[in-house]
Amino acid sequence: MPLLTIEDVAVELPTPRGNLRAVDRVDLSLEAGRTLGIVGESGCGKTMLSRAVLQLLPKKAKLTGRVMFDGVDLVRLDSERLRQLRGRDLAVVFQDPMTSLNPVLTIGTQLMETIQEHLELDVAAARARSIELLAAVGIPAPEQRLAQYPHQCSGGMRQRIAIAIALSCEPKLLIADEPTTALDVTIQAQILDLLAREQRRRHMAMIIITHDLGVVAGRADEVAVMYAGRVVERAPTPALFKRMHMPYTEALLAAIPKLETAPHTPLPAISGRPPDPTRPLKGCSFAPRCRYAGARCHEAKPELKAAEMPDHLYACFHPIPVTEEVGA
Amino acid sequence: MATLELSIQDEATAEPVRRRRKLGVLFWLASAWLAIILALAILAPLLPLQNPVDMDMLERRAAFSSEHWLGTDGLGRDELARLIFGARVSLTVGLIAPMVGLVFGGALGLLAGYFRGRFETLVVGSMDVLLAFPPLIFALAVTAYLGQSIPNLTVILGVLGIPAFMRVARAATLTLARREFVIAAEALGASHARILFRELLPNVILPLLAFFLLGVAVTIVVEGALSFLGLGVPPPMASWGSMIGEGRDSLDVAPRLAFLPAAGLFLTVLAFNLVGDTMRALTDPRQGAL
Amino acid sequence: MMQMAVRDVPLLNVDDLVVEYGLGNKTVHAVSGVSLQVARGETLGLVGESGCGKSTLGRAVLQLRRAKSGRVLFDGEDLTAMEGEALRKMRRRVQLIFQDPIASLNPRRRIGDIVAEPLIIAGVKDAAERKHRVHDVLAAVGLDPDLVSGRLPHEFSGGQCQRICIARSLVLNPEFIVCDEPVSALDVSIRAQILNLLEEMKARFGLTLLFIAHDLAVVKAVSDRVAVMYLGRLCEVGPSEQLFAKPAHPYTGLLLQAIPVPDPDVRPAESVATGEPPSPIAPPSGCRFRTRCPRADQRCSAEIPELREVAPGQFAACHHPLA
Repeated sequence: MPLLTIEDVAVELPTPRGNLRAVDRVDLSLEAGRTLGIVGESGCGKTMLSRAVLQLLPKKAKLTGRVMFDGVDLVRLDSERLRQLRGRDLAVVFQDPMTSLNPVLTIGTQLMETIQEHLELDVAAARARSIELLAAVGIPAPEQRLAQYPHQCSGGMRQRIAIAIALSCEPKLLIADEPTTALDVTIQAQILDLLAREQRRRHMAMIIITHDLGVVAGRADEVAVMYAGRVVERAPTPALFKRMHMPYTEALLAAIPKLETAPHTPLPAISGRPPDPTRPLKGCSFAPRCRYAGARCHEAKPELKAAEMPDHLYACFHPIPVTEEVGA
Repeated sequence: MATLELSIQDEATAEPVRRRRKLGVLFWLASAWLAIILALAILAPLLPLQNPVDMDMLERRAAFSSEHWLGTDGLGRDELARLIFGARVSLTVGLIAPMVGLVFGGALGLLAGYFRGRFETLVVGSMDVLLAFPPLIFALAVTAYLGQSIPNLTVILGVLGIPAFMRVARAATLTLARREFVIAAEALGASHARILFRELLPNVILPLLAFFLLGVAVTIVVEGALSFLGLGVPPPMASWGSMIGEGRDSLDVAPRLAFLPAAGLFLTVLAFNLVGDTMRALTDPRQGAL
Repeated sequence: MMQMAVRDVPLLNVDDLVVEYGLGNKTVHAVSGVSLQVARGETLGLVGESGCGKSTLGRAVLQLRRAKSGRVLFDGEDLTAMEGEALRKMRRRVQLIFQDPIASLNPRRRIGDIVAEPLIIAGVKDAAERKHRVHDVLAAVGLDPDLVSGRLPHEFSGGQCQRICIARSLVLNPEFIVCDEPVSALDVSIRAQILNLLEEMKARFGLTLLFIAHDLAVVKAVSDRVAVMYLGRLCEVGPSEQLFAKPAHPYTGLLLQAIPVPDPDVRPAESVATGEPPSPIAPPSGCRFRTRCPRADQRCSAEIPELREVAPGQFAACHHPLA
């Protein structure tokens, strides 16, 4: 049985301009010890989906569907049980470590608080464990760091600390929401390596949310591409990159500048912008920007389903033929 | 570049976000109250009112009647006339004094926040000195030397408001001056005056105006307190504060004499705060964005 | 110190520029002796990690930060020696585009006024003429002038705001534009649109660009030559293709290795980068990269490496360059 199953989850947010459908009927599942990459541009609903898993949605948001985690439905769980689960079995690392760490508490206090809350250790044991964790995430001189405040550390260090806090109670699932977007490229590589190493060691499941296909390419087992609140293509990573069917995935990959291309080569940009989420389209959400779109694409929404391969799902009426060489 | 042509069309036709907001009943009630009070205060000499300083010792603390709609006070003066003429004084002081603070404090804060350096140190330092000086002693000293009058009272309250306005303006300017659009203007070769007036002022003026409306409310109350202490307008002139003070003597026999001006003060201050809050929310461009 | 590539007199010549500023009671050594040239019509990419001084360098070129020493020659004239009106006049020929397009537009002014502002500052008195030029430049960046002129910045997306910023920087027909991370805040699909737009505008208006970014692939897409900066100093300068194919400085190599490749067959190399950059308040002696460099030795801590030509047109500041 998978560790996490997201069944038919939809999230709606009321706005002054009408209901915003942030997540639109998403199904996903994740086995223990595996990594799922969720890729999409800002506003595609990937962060809202992760919030739905954590049950940390804004108060006004309406959630439908089921989120089964380790045999229980998180949507129907009472707040006390949820609180115990979060931080212990379910942990999260956010994009900006400066805002996710409390600026007025020392790193030691924040780490030990989480450990003591969930693992019922005494102060000495919690302290020993904190030092061990900081060392594990690659922080030099961990004892001294415990007494420091977040602003005394660099961005990369803070993200390492945030990861240490997330790992402190041996979670079964770690959700990393754009963990490296705020960091430099050299630090990004280090943080991604760290996450991968800790995941293998602890046999935990991980969801990496990112806008960069490059981040998930070598690190996720499965990738789900989201667009306008829906999963539009989902496949094991190698299959996705070798035989992508969804024109959006192809366009997203093509729009990334490549090191191999000569300077001043015009980039194959995706024209236009994503649709207004408060004004859902009747047809495929990507149709207005898609170069393969036909009349049918504007009339009906394609379902997410598998074709040749059972584990490769996509939502498109005019999928890219398998024979075509895509990618860089 | 076909993609670019396409994007031109798409981007151009995309309807940007437009916002609509309801103002609410409270806002309109508050505005209506302010409009009525202001109209009464301005038109007071033209209205068929009795003379607010004419005493009638035979009709002291008279009850409501067709002759005196709201009765008379302890010296037999018409209460309605005193209330309306009192509004003139309270509003004059209440609006002009914060305006002094807004203009001088705002300008000092804007300049200090933009130019920084020694000028800022000087401004902030002198404001701290002004803040440290006990306001009551200051008011006493000025009235003792220059006499009790409405202009003197207004100047005292205005000067006392300058440090607070300066701080609001400086704080807003400090954060704004680091924003890219200010650097962009500088990079365009804009003069200091142009950056101050075109880029910074329109952004700083809103928190200042919101603070101004709060200042109006506070000043009306403070004027009342000063009049209550005998430092406000010289008798027999009426202001809401002095009327509350005079009504205090007869609280047991005619509580309305203190209660009526207090109610006027309360409603007006509340209305200013309500209008101020709504105006601030309305003119904040960031709130409208999705 | 460094010769020009093949071209004639450079439009921009930064000569041994030093920029330092106070932070509390400490001094930040943001730019420590950088020399570089940009030829007319060329795009020079400037890459480095955050805090390496690349933005400070960009702003020092425009005299938004004054240099402690060194010179910035623009078209033969020394900007660092200019003051007041002369500097303001010069600034009209050099423009700046920022990373955060929304923050670089005044939230309280209408788009039409924002784009017309440079013209007003430059003293174009004729309102009809201003309107005409604003109209033209907005159309050039792919926006409908009649639709956007009357609106406020918050009504637009990040990509559209960046188009407006580009329009504002083009309205005075500048010769040189410093692009400070112009696409870092944008989504992948919008990023490609803006990069293409910059390229198109460069060709159409005959611009010279200094393109600052932390993303090597983005820099390569638009640059003729690339300069790599680390902790206030230049590590390596060279023609884009050559520099990316054969990096000579270990830091360039490290940056190249760290880029995530969107191909699952390319296994990411484990922990290529060692540690984090030291603080620019107390930079290391000698070669500033030595604390993270796998090739560092005694000499690197004692002696500051000079930029030397390692291949035609390619210069590296390293005692032990990569083969």
